[in-house]
Amino acid sequence: MYNGGKIITGLVIFVLLVTIPVWYNRGTTARSAPELVMPTNAKSCVLPAEEMRAKHMQLLNVWRDEVVRTGDTTSIVVEGKAYPKSLQLNCMECHTSKVNFCDKCHDYSSVTPYCWDCHIAPVE
Amino acid sequence: MDKKRRNFLKIAGISTLAGLGATTGLGRLVGGAQSAVAATEEAATAEHGNAIEQNAGDTPCVNRYGMLIDVRKFREDLSLGERVVRACHLEHNVPNIPVKKDEIKWIWMTHYENAFPEQPHLYLDQTNVEFQLPILCNHCDNPPCVRVCPTKATFRDANGVVIMDFHRCIGCRFCMAACPYGSRSFNWSDPRPFLDDATMNKDFPTRTRGVVEKCNFCTERTRLGLQPACVEACGDTKAIVFGNLNDPDSEIRQMLKQHHTVQRNPSLGTFPSVFYIV
Repeated sequence: MYNGGKIITGLVIFVLLVTIPVWYNRGTTARSAPELVMPTNAKSCVLPAEEMRAKHMQLLNVWRDEVVRTGDTTSIVVEGKAYPKSLQLNCMECHTSKVNFCDKCHDYSSVTPYCWDCHIAPVE
Repeated sequence: MDKKRRNFLKIAGISTLAGLGATTGLGRLVGGAQSAVAATEEAATAEHGNAIEQNAGDTPCVNRYGMLIDVRKFREDLSLGERVVRACHLEHNVPNIPVKKDEIKWIWMTHYENAFPEQPHLYLDQTNVEFQLPILCNHCDNPPCVRVCPTKATFRDANGVVIMDFHRCIGCRFCMAACPYGSRSFNWSDPRPFLDDATMNKDFPTRTRGVVEKCNFCTERTRLGLQPACVEACGDTKAIVFGNLNDPDSEIRQMLKQHHTVQRNPSLGTFPSVFYIV
């Protein structure tokens, strides 16, 4: 191999640069899932926690379309408890803190939903 | 060479025949389908033609909410107009933007000549020169704004109310160009800085930059069985009466029967649902 030394040095530098996120965050908590502040006034939600975690955005979109477009404002009844289909008037009743609940995961996964551009977040 | 030419002519002839046959066959099929489509369209237009008198919108509505505004009451009590506007704007978190060209309005007071410009009159009576009357979205039965909206962000609900789905609005402002009454406002900037946190209605969202907004006939209140905020602000003066125009027994229909009323620019064929006793 001609210029083997230079090529190998170059490759090593390249690999180091590409893997910066891996070794730079070693030993820090940057990769662990965020700790959420769970509501104290309720034990259950409209869906099990696992499903809510995975599907809350679809659920909110369905609710939005039903309420805004078809005018179907009937509540969701789970285990005898009625939940109105509303982010502002239902979800935030239990999850009283946007900063300690919504934002935690959204910041972690770097998503910026536009809900709060219009809907009014609880005062914190 | 001869043989090749002979073969070529044969193939060409057969292909031509096949081609002609196929096109006529296809033509007949397509023609049949088209005449069927034409027949249904004709039937639809005939039906639509009959319905245009009362319900010219693209979605037939069970109810048709309307409003009757008694302008005389607003002349008697000069503070009423301001109270009505304030009640609506507080209910819906409408920002108070001081720059005239950026302002957001759902209901506002204006002079007769601005509300009814199609009735030119050199010798307007003094009361109509001096006093103002409230105007708002007409919730037309044949709404041009709904027809032009490319995302169906504005649409008619089951009560015949023309409402906005702010989630879908892309801010193209076609609806503003289409509305002949200037009932729509555009958010040129984020409205939040122009809202007072203390008076903000926490049960109703604000809007964001780049969406169009207008009166929604208090859909969020009427769903709960309440009267619209402006009607409530009038108290029992009956300055504004709200009700279902499709119900012949409703108060608004009775009032319409008893009084001479006008609509804003009815010649445009938009069939406004807001009526005025001038």
